[in-house]
Amino acid sequence: MIGIINYRVGNLQNLENALNYVGAKTKLINTPEEMEGVEKIVFPGVGAFGHAAKCLREHKFWEPLQEKVRQQVPILGICVGMQLLFSTSFEDGEHEGLGLVPGEVKRFDHDLKVPQMGWNRVAFSEQEDPLFKGIKNNSWFYFVHSYACYPQDPKSQLGTTDYGGEFCSIARKDNLWGVQFHPEKSQDDGLHLLKNFVENC
Amino acid sequence: MLAKRIIPCLDIKNGRVVKGVNFEGLRDAGDPVELAKRYNEQSADELVFLDITATNEKRKLIKELASRLARELFIPFTIGGGISKIEHIQDIVTAGADKVSINSAAVNTPELISQGAEQFGSQCIVVAIDVKKTGDSWHVFTHSGTRDTGLDAVEWAKEVARLGAGEIMLTSMDSDGVQDGYDLAINRLISEAVSIPIIASGGCGKLEHFVSAVKEGKADAVLAASVFHYGTYTVRQVKEYMAAEGIPVRL
Repeated sequence: MIGIINYRVGNLQNLENALNYVGAKTKLINTPEEMEGVEKIVFPGVGAFGHAAKCLREHKFWEPLQEKVRQQVPILGICVGMQLLFSTSFEDGEHEGLGLVPGEVKRFDHDLKVPQMGWNRVAFSEQEDPLFKGIKNNSWFYFVHSYACYPQDPKSQLGTTDYGGEFCSIARKDNLWGVQFHPEKSQDDGLHLLKNFVENC
Repeated sequence: MLAKRIIPCLDIKNGRVVKGVNFEGLRDAGDPVELAKRYNEQSADELVFLDITATNEKRKLIKELASRLARELFIPFTIGGGISKIEHIQDIVTAGADKVSINSAAVNTPELISQGAEQFGSQCIVVAIDVKKTGDSWHVFTHSGTRDTGLDAVEWAKEVARLGAGEIMLTSMDSDGVQDGYDLAINRLISEAVSIPIIASGGCGKLEHFVSAVKEGKADAVLAASVFHYGTYTVRQVKEYMAAEGIPVRL
């Protein structure tokens, strides 16, 4: 059973549809207590970092999520869900993240359009990883974001994407994965990645 | 490098595609979901559905369609047509659409843009702007191009970006349906005036038009309807042509 954290940020229907499509059984986790017993956790997120962080605290997921990480429960953060795994975000001020992956979330610093909206390639790091097993290097994924993650430890960087400079589009630390793009909207490769998380991570 | 997007647009009436497409092997040319899947196979980057239903059933039908699409289509899709209240956005997004496009209502009640962006995120709010050349500038028209609002198109584009729109779908009423190419001048003016992405729409007839929309019109995405519906080109053909012209596309 895959638990999808519902901290009242954004619509979870598409994510649930995609996970079900690849054969996963899912349930929406509305309270921290409901996390008990799930094998893996998907942690989505859209909108502003500060607002998402506030909702995560208000619905009392902050510490329980960190506890699940200590228990080695595999977790996949998506978009702002990925960003929240990091230490600090500089979106409209300075906000504290869960601090599970040391590093920062910063606004794109270039003259290209912001948000980055659309399909871009992900270059996988050399190390093999169950998350991208069977997916070709430099495959296309669908992105929508104005801020990007920059981990302190280069080893946390499993995938990078170029948008006026490189940023971390897939991060990993132990049993914790984060993807900046939306696998649930990235057609076959996105579904493949979700299937990998469900079956191999 | 971010790819330029190709977006087929389908007109929907009573839950069915208005101009049925006769693709080979398609069982039901009027079923939006079947057509969407076909465009998906051709590597369309996104899809737009414009609902022109005028009955009381409108809201219910489009919600059902969004929900069916979301279960079978794993690329982003936008639904537009007659969206005038925050509840309409709520309904369509909850059913599974990634974005909504707002046209006339954005002019009449601009707070719909800011409210929508606040509740559902900017990425969800596409503002459709219909323009016509009026003297030396372009005016914004509403109600399917019948009403001149008197608003300057560039100023209005800046305003919707300020209010929190995530994208602008820009349709030139002069070139729409003429198949003589996109209006490059206004596309470029607006694309350079705002930081959010611009989807060029209206006027596509040839492969070169997709290229000039990006190169000269500075569009981030290009929308077309009839060239795809009548099978003049497949999405893949368009992308291969663009790639050969040096434009980054997802193939």
